[in-house]
Amino acid sequence: MTDLNNNSKVYRGAIMLGALAVGMFGFAYALVPLYEVFCELTGLNGKTSGQRVEMLATESNTGREVTIQFLARVGNGMPWEFRPATHQYKVKLGQTSITNYYARNRAAYAVTGQAVPSVSPGHTAEFVNKVECFCFNQQALEAGEEIHMPVKFYISEELPDDVHTVTLSYTMFKAPSHENTSHMAMLSSNRI
Amino acid sequence: MVAHAEHIPHRSGLAAFLSRWLLTTNHKEIGSLYLWFAFSMFFVGGALAMGIRLELFMPGIQLIEPAFYNQLVTMHGLIMVFGAVMPAFVGLANWQIPLMIGAPDMALPRLNNFSFWILPFAFGMLLSSFFMEGGAPNFGWTFYAPLSTTYGPDSTDFFIFGVHLMGISSVLGAINIMVTIFNLRTPGMKLMEMPLFVWTWLITAFLLITAIPVLAGAVTMVLTDRHFGTSFFSADGGGDPVMFQHIFWFFGHPEVYIMILPGFGIASQIIPTFARKKLFGYNSMVYATASIAILSYVVWGHHMFTTGMPLAGELFFMFCTMLIAVPTGVKVFNWVATMWRGSMTFETPMLFAIAFVILFTIGGFSGLMLAMVPADFQYHDTYFVVAHFHYVLYPGAIFGTMAAVYYWLPKWSGHMVDEWWGKLHFWTAIVFVNLTFFPMHFSGLAGMPRRIVDYSHQFQDFNLVSSFGAMGLGLTQVLFLFIVIKTIRGGEPATDKVWESAEGLEWTVPSPAPLHTFETPPPWPINETETHEGAA
Repeated sequence: MTDLNNNSKVYRGAIMLGALAVGMFGFAYALVPLYEVFCELTGLNGKTSGQRVEMLATESNTGREVTIQFLARVGNGMPWEFRPATHQYKVKLGQTSITNYYARNRAAYAVTGQAVPSVSPGHTAEFVNKVECFCFNQQALEAGEEIHMPVKFYISEELPDDVHTVTLSYTMFKAPSHENTSHMAMLSSNRI
Repeated sequence: MVAHAEHIPHRSGLAAFLSRWLLTTNHKEIGSLYLWFAFSMFFVGGALAMGIRLELFMPGIQLIEPAFYNQLVTMHGLIMVFGAVMPAFVGLANWQIPLMIGAPDMALPRLNNFSFWILPFAFGMLLSSFFMEGGAPNFGWTFYAPLSTTYGPDSTDFFIFGVHLMGISSVLGAINIMVTIFNLRTPGMKLMEMPLFVWTWLITAFLLITAIPVLAGAVTMVLTDRHFGTSFFSADGGGDPVMFQHIFWFFGHPEVYIMILPGFGIASQIIPTFARKKLFGYNSMVYATASIAILSYVVWGHHMFTTGMPLAGELFFMFCTMLIAVPTGVKVFNWVATMWRGSMTFETPMLFAIAFVILFTIGGFSGLMLAMVPADFQYHDTYFVVAHFHYVLYPGAIFGTMAAVYYWLPKWSGHMVDEWWGKLHFWTAIVFVNLTFFPMHFSGLAGMPRRIVDYSHQFQDFNLVSSFGAMGLGLTQVLFLFIVIKTIRGGEPATDKVWESAEGLEWTVPSPAPLHTFETPPPWPINETETHEGAA
């Protein structure tokens, strides 16, 4: 059993298996971008595309009507008041619509916020197209400052027939402190 | 591969004792160390469970503060999974795999010593968190973000490094087991001739090497989210807390098979011995174990049905999960077919093995119920889940380990286990285990949520029975400790073969097994007329 031949086989095997273990540690990290890509490709998880879309060239007036609902909530430790101007209305598919969100900084200091959108049901996210949205940028509010922020969007006509209500929800997070801001902006542009 | 222990100079008293056990590279001694360590952790985890059940004896908050209750639940899970079940199986592997394949020792004996001695430090660190300001980890053994990131107590970092150490130990142990099985089998023993305990451990080792590093990655992400400004799991930095669950359960589901496959192997060794028949369907057993291991990597989503997963995902994970019932069913039917028309006798190891088959199957069935998406929405996070995984872990993993100890202890110690005591242990354990965990099915179906310190009055009767059973079950395991010590200290001498129709290389060495065995590889297949050939 002590012959060198067998020993080197043992060491080679152990090193290969050790490399496999290290590789699996890396795979745990690879799951992070994989997860992002998977959600983006399939539109799962209610993530809307972070991209601004062009206005429709021709607006359709023939599309069926669906109900669009608006929700707003604030993240942990966010001192803002944040709510939609209207909670729901009916909109025709393929027709551009504008609504407003209201935000007010209740803190005695300036706070920067970043809104993260989510669409429910999740698989309808890819049909909600935003021409203009406050979630594309961070919002900086001075102490006590208030703001009305527009969302301009249309729901594409390919929306599945069985969907009658689409809910658009925004969570307003407190953006991390300034040294992280550029990193944050990079992340959000990738992931919203 | 000559034993290194012999080169340690002789010292006396404590120094000799310490250097023997600290520096040993002998697979039998390290196996014993693992088993005793697991046994002590089993009692620590059990003591925490007693705290939980005492509090749940009656509705309302009696003895334990809600914050401390959360710590008890978390630490009970962590200690039992990583401190008791896994080291116990590694200990059995250390003792038995070289004996069963005719190897003189593990392939990397010094690494073996290292992987054991990491463990006391890992769990010392984890347990020390009880005495820290802010208390022990309190987020459940699954440490979901943001409970462990944003809201975790300061001791979370000790938990993280404890998991890192324990993971290193498991991966090194698994590597050692794998290279031992691949390189040190006695000449002529083909892979498809290996005993099933060796086969199931080979597959378990593969799962350990591929799954545990993912857990290490998850805790590292939690660490950097807590202290180094990353946002893997926090939405305000662009991350996603649901992703934590995906990464965790990608590890977590293979982990549950890590905790049961060696048990399958043990049952497959014991049942043929006491049914006095060859194992029915050896090949199908191997293939079934391998397919369970492969499937375990594509079913993690069934832990997350209620996280808003799309229908396609729910269906995929549901059907894959149900598919696992097929190879598992193959195994159960093979065990039953092995017993069918066998000349069965019911010594203690056989009783535990039969209880393993029956009660594990009950746990398997409740697992199938949980796999069904529409039903899972009702069962999710209720005591039904608690009942399910305790049925697969207690009568599965723990009874499997106990069956193995009763089966091989005469070989290790040279003394037969006193059957009267063994049977007393078995019958009390089987009554109390069902008394403890069966009522949880009912309280769960009636809607009692898990991991909560208090409960509504209508669940009182079920909880009373569970708590009563748990106290009995705890006492029963003290009986087990007594039996093990009693057997080591004395008893009827065991023959080399120990059991009338035991088969395998481990029964060709003397009882108790000498420190060094198979220094020359034994002949294979076993030649019945010259049994002591391989022993040193």
